[in-house]
Amino acid sequence: MITIIDYKAGNLASVQKAFTYLGCVTEITRDPEVVARASKLVLPGVGNFSATSVLAESGVRGAVEQAIARGVPFLGICVGMQWLFEGSEEAPDTSGLACFSGACARFPSTVKAPHVGWNTVRHNADSRLLRGAEPEFFVYYTHSYRAPAGDGAVGCTNYGGEFAAVVERDNVFGVQFHPEKSGAAGLRLLGNFLQC
Amino acid sequence: MLTKRIIACLDVDAGRVVKGTRFVNLRDAGDPAELAAAHAAGGADEIVLLDITATHERRGTLLETVRRTARELFIPFTVGGGIGSLDEACAVFDAGADKIAINSAAVRTPELITRIAARFGSQAVVLAIDAKSNGDGSHQVYVSGGRIPVNRTAVEWAREAEGRGAGEILLTSMDRDGTGAGFDCALTAAIERAVSIPVIASGGAGCVAHFVEVFREGRADAALAASIFHFGLHDIRELKQELQAASIPVRFPC
Repeated sequence: MITIIDYKAGNLASVQKAFTYLGCVTEITRDPEVVARASKLVLPGVGNFSATSVLAESGVRGAVEQAIARGVPFLGICVGMQWLFEGSEEAPDTSGLACFSGACARFPSTVKAPHVGWNTVRHNADSRLLRGAEPEFFVYYTHSYRAPAGDGAVGCTNYGGEFAAVVERDNVFGVQFHPEKSGAAGLRLLGNFLQC
Repeated sequence: MLTKRIIACLDVDAGRVVKGTRFVNLRDAGDPAELAAAHAAGGADEIVLLDITATHERRGTLLETVRRTARELFIPFTVGGGIGSLDEACAVFDAGADKIAINSAAVRTPELITRIAARFGSQAVVLAIDAKSNGDGSHQVYVSGGRIPVNRTAVEWAREAEGRGAGEILLTSMDRDGTGAGFDCALTAAIERAVSIPVIASGGAGCVAHFVEVFREGRADAALAASIFHFGLHDIRELKQELQAASIPVRFPC
């Protein structure tokens, strides 16, 4: 069972559809108690970083922290991954979970933002999420802010400089791109998460 | 490197994919869900489904078709045609679209762009512009499936839409649509220079050279085509291989 966290800011249906396709039972919730006893958590998300403030207000943030502390695999997608960092320039008053150090920042003005389309992820680190992936593979992005290619980054993409495409540490995983929209490569990654 | 996208478009009328020339003379091209899956498997980077009859018949979008098409599609999926309000947009997103394309309703009520972007994010709002040359270098915007001209030029409308929160521009040249004579590179480049959001060129694709042109001279971020793909005139993989050989960055192998 995959528990998908709803905070009114995501393409939940797409993410749910992908897990269903992979033969997995899913539930969608906003209830901190359901989150706290989940066996696998996914936090999708598009839109503004400030939307994640709902998680703190509703008590879901605390429930996620508890779940992560007891070893529950957690996957953050797009803004859901950015939330795993300390914060974002996009909403300076909203704090992230700080599982990874550093803050998210806007793309430099030398490139078009949003970064929309298919770009390559390069990786060479040992990663459970990227098991079986080619050293360089294409994924679909749509975002204006990105996380630093530093702490926890196991895969990076270059667009106006390197940024973190995939982060991973123990049971905490994050992807900046949309695996549910990245064809076969994305489905394989989600399948790997099911095995974590 | 960020690649140039090849987008397969499904023009849908009464639940079937159709294709015409200059917006008329429709021919049947198959089932939308089957064609979308085939294009995704064949290397398309994205699927756009346009309900071409929705606006003038006021039928709303074909939610059931959208649901069926989205079910096993794992690449970005845009739906347009007759979306006239935030509620109608919500229904299309609920049915499985990742982005919506709005055209006539946005011209009538430009605030609609902002309302949908505020709710679903700018990345989910594609402004579709149908434009026709005025013969003096400027292009006039048309609504209602290319039936009604409005008092706006394509460049000024694209700029305004970006300011209101549109995340991408889907630009169709009515002069080239369905002709296979090549994209309108001058129009595409003019729009690309006017905005900082991605521009999808549409209308006129007939051969590989046209795609090379629209990515180079037209400065397009993505190119969309319909009939060239549906009738098997061109294999998307083969097209991408040739684009790569021409040093255009594309998602290949795919």
